[in-house]
Amino acid sequence: MSNEVAALNEDIDLSQVDSIVEPYLGKKEMVIPILQKVQEHFGYLPRPAMEQVALRMHIPLSRLYGVTTFYAQFKLKPRGRNIIRVCKGTACHIQGSPKISERIEDILDVESGETTDDLRFTLEEVACIGCCALAPVIMVNDDPHGRLTPDKVKDILESYE
Amino acid sequence: MYEKHIMICGATGCLSSGSNKIAEALTQELESRGIRDKYRLVMGGCPGFCEVGPIIVIFPDEVFYCRLKAKDMAELVDQHLIGGEIVERLLYKGPDVDAPARFYDTIPFYSKQLFNVLRNSGVIDPESIDEYIMRGGYRALKRALQMDSQAVCDEVKDAGLRGRGGAGFPTGVKWGFTNKAPGPKKYIVCNADEGDPGAFMDRSILEGDPHAIIEGMLIAGKACGADEGYIYCRAEYPLAIKRLRDAIKQAEEYGLIGNNILGFDFNFKINIKEGAGAFVCGEETALLASIEGKRGMPRPRPPFPAQVGVFGKPTTINNVETLANIPLIVREGGAEEFKKIGTEGSKGTKVFALAGKVRNTGLVEVPMGITVEEIIFDVGGGIQGGREFKAVQAGGPSGGCIPKDLINLPIDYDSLTKAGAIMGSGGLVVMDDRTCMVDLANYFLSFTQKESCGKCTPCREGTKRMLEILDRITEGKGKPEDLDTLDSLAHSIKDSALCGLGQTCPNPVLTTIRYFRHEYEEHINEKYCQSGICKPLFQYEIDQDNCNGCRACVRVCPVEAIKGEKKEPHEIIQDLCTRCGSCIEKCRQDCIMITRVGSEADVGN
Repeated sequence: MSNEVAALNEDIDLSQVDSIVEPYLGKKEMVIPILQKVQEHFGYLPRPAMEQVALRMHIPLSRLYGVTTFYAQFKLKPRGRNIIRVCKGTACHIQGSPKISERIEDILDVESGETTDDLRFTLEEVACIGCCALAPVIMVNDDPHGRLTPDKVKDILESYE
Repeated sequence: MYEKHIMICGATGCLSSGSNKIAEALTQELESRGIRDKYRLVMGGCPGFCEVGPIIVIFPDEVFYCRLKAKDMAELVDQHLIGGEIVERLLYKGPDVDAPARFYDTIPFYSKQLFNVLRNSGVIDPESIDEYIMRGGYRALKRALQMDSQAVCDEVKDAGLRGRGGAGFPTGVKWGFTNKAPGPKKYIVCNADEGDPGAFMDRSILEGDPHAIIEGMLIAGKACGADEGYIYCRAEYPLAIKRLRDAIKQAEEYGLIGNNILGFDFNFKINIKEGAGAFVCGEETALLASIEGKRGMPRPRPPFPAQVGVFGKPTTINNVETLANIPLIVREGGAEEFKKIGTEGSKGTKVFALAGKVRNTGLVEVPMGITVEEIIFDVGGGIQGGREFKAVQAGGPSGGCIPKDLINLPIDYDSLTKAGAIMGSGGLVVMDDRTCMVDLANYFLSFTQKESCGKCTPCREGTKRMLEILDRITEGKGKPEDLDTLDSLAHSIKDSALCGLGQTCPNPVLTTIRYFRHEYEEHINEKYCQSGICKPLFQYEIDQDNCNGCRACVRVCPVEAIKGEKKEPHEIIQDLCTRCGSCIEKCRQDCIMITRVGSEADVGN
């Protein structure tokens, strides 16, 4: 674990986790919604928060990790201030999304799933954003950018601090 | 009383092209003239024609405005709303119409479509239960509640409705199984985990007409003897989830969800579960595991969910589009109407997400039995940039490609299966001569390989091995025996995988080998990718006869691999070129050529 992540983990307010878990106590089938809410709060799933969920829900930590690593939505590492999601849908693929990914990877010097050292960007892939008419598409935070070509990427990234 | 209803498309496609800004600008223009109260503005469902978004449709005038910009709103208000004259400049124009087209009936994109499932989408306010009821909503529910539960199953069976989620199992038969299963507690599950990349039909239905799904679930509940339902929806569809929550609340307030619904001895409640992103959860037993808070891993059937489903109780799982068809069938005389549409084995309509290299992309609803040609050329308007049609992928990662030669194939469950594809959820991705079929197979298989849950060996190991071979071929290291190995692996996986994901994931590979074997052979034997996609297998060259020296490619090249003076033909330095494709996108003269590695420029080719 890097020092930064360790420092972040120390700041986890577990009382927040408690209040998220509270309404679901005893309902083990609600573990996915609980984890979704914990992630919504922290931006990712910090280990101490996972431990707290396991403790309160009487679910082994290993089983919780089994669930979180199964689903693409759950992130176990802190993410950047801006999330770039490159659409990997079929329409985007044949309209050239691999070239868009490559250009972003070149500019940011990260691979998909990674975060830049300055925590400015996290690069992710998404199966389909669902605006195939605008392919190829990326989303930066909540803004879709469509009908992209590799040379447009740089200006788009520069507009996010 | 409003003078006009102004429907602004608020679906994801149009939002992405800026319909929010249009709505703001329109509101502002109306307010500044003090006439905001005269008009009802609705951020409504999807009229389907995403390509020309953002779209506004004005009722009752029936005028369709498209490709709008915020600055167009003042003119639209002054000329149309106040002046009563259509703004011709903002109507649909295209190579397929002689004059600007005013409404659905004159726009070629809509000419072969038939709106059943999408009947309300873009017409009503999806957030208003009253508008749904005014369009005949919840009448089918009332009729179903007056009927015997088996009679409802029989009616749906008799109508010939088959599941729209993929396999096409008769819905009424499925309901009958759950109805006959013993036990007091049963569930209805709506599968809204639309995971097929390149498909967004279900989302548009959920966003545009959420009450149709709720009514469908209630009728299914009556038919199966269930009193509780789950809607399992992708978390990536926040708007759909919000609309569903609001719709459920409204239906509860109207006594359409709850106890003794409409005074009958029938109780039903609906819960929403947000999926967390796993393609395999579209498989029904995996979906059930996910609802129970577990890893979404499938299990062997039998027992089928109709006997042992969610929390161990008998469960019917239906897809969104299937449920949206139910109110149409169960209403008075609906089954007879439904049967009139479609083919012998496939009744009704099907919604497709038409995307890829087709001119008119968007959401289309067509009668079953329409041909590939009609969808791509009449509805879709042909291929972008006038290039050549090569194939269309039907059914996403579980489906297969349909080549140009089969352009007259009618689209129904049985014809598609025969061609090696499947109806699937309804994604249709069109490809032209710049799409490499080996790369496409590789793309789908890398998707399914990543999404394989790992439970059964054929899928976990088999897809991995197949992917290694495909990777090798696209890198120029293919061996002559690779095609036979792929074929044999594919058939083993099809025959022995545990669930639908595994059993169908070799389809893209099998169909591309079946229809485009020569492309594989070209990659393997000649180390050449004619579509210019597999990077080690081609190079770019500039056609020295046609290059006018505009320097557009020089400016856009990120690695300075193009040299040349203004007005002199340019040249690509092959050692520096990374084949990023920026130049070929930019060149207006169409003079960047895809050639074999190491070849001299085939001038004039």
